[in-house]
Formats: sequence, structure tokens, C-alpha cells
Amino acid sequence: MFKYAVKRLAVGVLVVICASVLLFSIMQLMPGDPIRMIADPRLPPYRLEELRRAWGLDKPAYLQYLYWMKNLLQGNMGTSITTGQPVRQLIATRLPYTLLLAGTALIVRYVTAVPLGLMAAVGAGTQVDRILVITTTFLMLVPGYWLGILLVMVFGVKLRLLPISGFQGPASLVLPLITVVLPGLGGTLRVTRSEVLETVREPYVLTAYAKGLSERAVQVKHVLRNAIIPVTVSFFLDLPWLISGSVIIENVFAWPGMGRLVWGAIQRQDVPVVQGVFVIITVLTVVSNVIGDIVAGLLDPRIRMEIEEAGE
Amino acid sequence: MNPKTLVQSAARNKMLVVGTLLFLTVIGAAIFADNIAPHKYDEMNIQKALMPPSRDYPFGTDQFGRCLFSRIVYGSRIAIKIGLMVVAIQISLGVVIGLLAGYFGGKIDVVLSFLTDLTWALPPIVLSLAVVTVLGPSLEKVVISTAAVSWPGCARMVRSKTQSIKNMPYVEAARAIGESDLSIIFRYIMPNTLGIVIVLATLQLPGAILSTTGLSFLGLGSQPPAPDWGLILSEGMNYVSLAPWISIFPGLALIYTAIGFTLMGEGLRDILDPRM
Repeated sequence: MFKYAVKRLAVGVLVVICASVLLFSIMQLMPGDPIRMIADPRLPPYRLEELRRAWGLDKPAYLQYLYWMKNLLQGNMGTSITTGQPVRQLIATRLPYTLLLAGTALIVRYVTAVPLGLMAAVGAGTQVDRILVITTTFLMLVPGYWLGILLVMVFGVKLRLLPISGFQGPASLVLPLITVVLPGLGGTLRVTRSEVLETVREPYVLTAYAKGLSERAVQVKHVLRNAIIPVTVSFFLDLPWLISGSVIIENVFAWPGMGRLVWGAIQRQDVPVVQGVFVIITVLTVVSNVIGDIVAGLLDPRIRMEIEEAGE
Repeated sequence: MNPKTLVQSAARNKMLVVGTLLFLTVIGAAIFADNIAPHKYDEMNIQKALMPPSRDYPFGTDQFGRCLFSRIVYGSRIAIKIGLMVVAIQISLGVVIGLLAGYFGGKIDVVLSFLTDLTWALPPIVLSLAVVTVLGPSLEKVVISTAAVSWPGCARMVRSKTQSIKNMPYVEAARAIGESDLSIIFRYIMPNTLGIVIVLATLQLPGAILSTTGLSFLGLGSQPPAPDWGLILSEGMNYVSLAPWISIFPGLALIYTAIGFTLMGEGLRDILDPRM
């Protein structure tokens, strides 16, 4: 198991490195002279030259990359071009809000969708199953930002029941949460449903019945125990999607998270801030993927074996 | 399956029939926008700003007095165009990478599979955001950057399909008569992956449209006065209490289009590849 976890982790680190090279290359495409973004272009040329040296912009690109990487590893993400604040500090104040929204959404989604998925699987082919699958599939096709605006219209503007903008306490969480959760229900419901239906057909379930185990024992110990593995893994794989998806939703509700931060930064071409958010989101994505892989290995020896053997 | 039974099972499949009908109306709106729309999409009339739906303006008007119905009809051109472009790029990348990795195996497979996993692990949207920050907002860049990170699903599927096809007797036979690798890949294997690729492309379209529209909604894709559905929605956000119809109708158009493609995709899947 240890070897498997180390391997997954190594791949994760490699992905982060590749992603950072990609990001760095994209930033090199920036038209014009980067020094003019940092300094007042009306400064005398010798001053600009000094600054260029001070920022390391006279060095070849790969050295600049290593320099950037070194700073990043020391936790230095540069300063915002527009406000002059350290990027690390900006992100530190915003990240908790994004994690609050995405994390709560993830938990609410699984707490709702998994039981519904089990319900659909138990009643596969019945009216209940059909209604559950059709409703949640329909919700998957509703654009989140549109749903958000609709909720704002109904609960914020018409009924004046809930706050629609910013964060002023738990009530502010309600509308963004519904907006993020509803479209995601379908995916989780489908995974749960199809995993249960597939597991039921496994030979070991037939064996369990043949041994004379009770219906309940088979369903809980053999079917549920195995079907829940991919569902648990997808829990971790969904987190990055929720975080990147929040970029759009946060802007509908003026939610003070990273999505809103990066949106503002893009408008002002504040490259250090965009870079910082990109790095944080990539690291979060990779970390949750690695955790997902490790959890899969822990829960299911078959996956562990496959990966360990493939590497021999 | 012969063509006749294929047509028969297609006609019997309700999802496919309804989906195709919805899809055809959207395509029809895009092609005949000039005849359907009562106004030009950028025709302003300040005296008639923010009017609720009426006979002359079936979906009402926006803050500049532009006819929303006409804007949404014209907007179908943008939606269809960006959807098709994203899916075309993503599917071509996915098919070529999947075919090469699946057919050659070995080192080529290791490298291409790593590339696939790497792209898979990149957070969605974020690449588009980085590109737009550097090069400025533009629909083309949003399309290309969205497509550039969305091919891994297709590549994985084509790869595993190729692996199972390449050991078929007819591929052996082709190799025995001295066909080159490229000829085997493109004349013998690719046509047999077409079924799943068509299904995948249809099912990917709504997602492609929703995510590019989302970026336009943030003001990073289409620029005013383009009748992009996402852009209209974001303009409507400033008028949620005064003129809710501005943001309601483009969303309905998006959902309508997405339902059409999804039903069509699910229907095609039933017919072309019942095991999927």
C-alpha cells in the first residue's frame, strides 16, 4: 500500500510541475514588455533597465521559471500589480470562503444524491427510478449561473427572504449552495445507481446468496460495501470541479472567494494574482486526485494490485 | 447492423426523435435567423427600452431597447458555432491520441497516456482564464483553450476501443497483406470507433456550449454587442428586478439546446452502442 501511495504522490508532483511550466509559458505569451506592467513606463530608460535586472527579467526564460518556482516554494507569490498587496495574503483571505462554499456543496450533494441513487437502484426500472433519473439529468443541463440569477429573482428580489450578495452570515450561504448543488446531483446519483446495479450482477453476490445469507446481509455487506468504493472516490474527484466551477457562481452572488478575486484580477490583467490562484487551484486539484487514488487503493485491494503490478 | 434496421430502430427511439426535433429547430433558427428574427440583433430603440414581452417583442426588450427574441435567435448561431468548434477540436485530438496510444502501445502509449492524465488533472476553466488574462478576452481563445483541456475523456475511450479492435482477425488480415500501420489505423480501426465517437461528440456538445457561454457570462468570451446567450444573461443581471425577462430567456434557450443534444446523444447511444 505504501509503495502505491508513493507512486500516486510522485505522479501528482509531476503534474504540478508540468502545469506550472504550462502556466509560465502562457504568461510568456503576454504581448508587450512585462516591466511596463510593473513600473510606470514614463520612467527614464536606465531606471527601467535597473528594474528589469531587479526583477530578473533580463535572464533567459528557464532561469526566470526556476526563480519563480523557488519563490513559490518559499511561499512568496509576488505582489498584486494593482493593489500592491502580497498575493499570498490576498489568497489567504479569500480561500476559506471558496472552500466553505465548495466543501459544504460537496457534502450536501453526496448526502442527498447517494441515498437517492440507492433508491433509484433498488427500484430500477420503476416509476420512482425514472423520475429520479430524469429530474436530476435535467438539472445537469441547467446552467448554474442562470439558476443563480433565477434564485436571486425569486428569493432575493420578490420574496426578500434571503441575502443575495456577499457574505453576512450563514443565511448568505443558502442561495449559492443551492445553485452549486442542484446541477451536480445528477452525476452522483448516476454513479451510485450504476455501481449498485453493476455490483448486484457480480458472481460473489450470487455466492453470498447461495451461502444462505439473508437479503439484508448480502445487500449491506456485499453489494453496498463494494458499490460505495467508486462513489467515495468520486467524492474527492469532484472537489476540484466545484472549486473551478465556483469562479462563475461566486460572481453571481458577489461571494468573497477566490473566483471573485481572480475575475477582478483578469479585468485588470493582474498577472501575479491570476498566477497565484492558478497555482492554488492546480495544487488543490492534484491533492484531491491523489487522496482519491489513495482512498481507492485503501478500500479496494484490486485497484492497489493493478497499479503495483503495472509498475513492475 | 444494416441501414434499414438502423433507421427503424432510430424511428422507434423516442429520445432520439424528440432530441433530433429540438436540435433541428435550433439549427433552423441559426440558418434562417434573418427570416425569423423580426429585428436586427443590434437594432437599438431607446424609447422602447426594458419593455416586457409583447406582440412586437415576444421576449421583451433590453436596456437599449433591442429585441430580445431577435438577439436570442441570432445567438443560436454563436452557440452552435462555438459548440461545434470546441467539440471538433476536442474530438480530433482525442481520436488521434487515442488511436496512436492504443495501436502502438509500449513507449508511445506511456507518453500519450501520461499526457492524457496530465491534461485530465488540469483544473477546467482555469486554463481559459490564464489565456484570457494574457491575450485579452476573445471568443476564439476561449474556444481553443476550452477544447485544449477537454479531450482526455475521448482519448481514453478511443484508446481502449482501439486496443480491443487491433487484435481482430480483419486487422491481422490487413497486416498480413502488407498494409502500413497508418493505413490500418485510419482505414480499418478508425471507422470502427466512429460509433462511440459520434455518441461522445453529441453528449459533449451541451457541456461545451455551457462552459464557453459561462466564460462569455464572465465577460471573457464574446464582447458586446454580440448576441451571445451568456453575455445577454450577464447584462440582464443588472436588471433582475426591473426586467427579469432579459436573463430568463437566454437561459431557457441554453437549456432547450442542451436538452436537444442530450436526448439525441442518449438516443444514438442506445442504437449505436447498447453496451455503453
